[in-house]
Amino acid sequence: MTGLEIDLDIYPDEASLVEALKRGDPEACACMIKQYAPRVYAIAIRMLNDPDDAEEVLQETFISACKNIKKFEGRSALGTWLHRIATNAALMHIRKRKHREVSLDEPIEVHDGDDIYREVQDWTFAPDDHAMNSEVRDVLEKAIAELPETLRTVFILREIEGYSTEETAQILGISISAAKVRLHRARLRLRQILTPYFT
Amino acid sequence: MSSHPQHQHTGSCQEVLSHLNDYIDGELSPELCQELEAHLAVCHNCRVVFDTLNKTLYLVHQLRENPPELPETVEYRLFAVMNLEQFVPRKRK
Repeated sequence: MTGLEIDLDIYPDEASLVEALKRGDPEACACMIKQYAPRVYAIAIRMLNDPDDAEEVLQETFISACKNIKKFEGRSALGTWLHRIATNAALMHIRKRKHREVSLDEPIEVHDGDDIYREVQDWTFAPDDHAMNSEVRDVLEKAIAELPETLRTVFILREIEGYSTEETAQILGISISAAKVRLHRARLRLRQILTPYFT
Repeated sequence: MSSHPQHQHTGSCQEVLSHLNDYIDGELSPELCQELEAHLAVCHNCRVVFDTLNKTLYLVHQLRENPPELPETVEYRLFAVMNLEQFVPRKRK
């Protein structure tokens, strides 16, 4: 086992964990971190493409969660709540970046019929044959990292974090139609980036 | 890597491909679904785009269950920032 050895079974269910967190039980805090930190870090590193920024978001997320846990009403799962805090923290970092590629709020142009559509090389593998081994995972993570920031944020929220298009648009402060356009572009761009690896 | 064949899609291809996202998300009207499916049945290149797009999403969705590894040093520093060092095993401090 890697990392810190904490018994995740101390609290029989999430309600007990949240109750202990609200009491300020440090063991509950450690348990929450152990359970959710990998996924929070995953959001941060995928959205920010920078380990240092991702670590800052990770820390900010759990500091904020512990500070605000009494406001957590349990209307969503604890993990969902943490993901939302992490997503917002990551977006704040992106907005603060001075040299970003394209503003999150900047509209993007769509050119139907561009190279994305014309490149039609087929893939020679069937996904069922590919377990998510480390090589495929690395290829995917690198391909997602290659997406322009504007497309990447929409893509991660929608396809990996599982938010609806409406929720994605709301989180990013863009229109639903803009979110759909960016998602469309991101999916096609990712397919294009991955094609050389799978042919 | 072999060279990429370049396919000039017809106007019909362009229209079909512009609806692919809505089709994949199940948000396309039944009429447009029928049109798109009829086109995919006869257009090899559009079918390739559609199939590889589906494969792309299939792979990406698997990432949901496979988050990148949290580096041990990052985890240690997080526990330190949270004043939870007592939960760090002594041998690893």
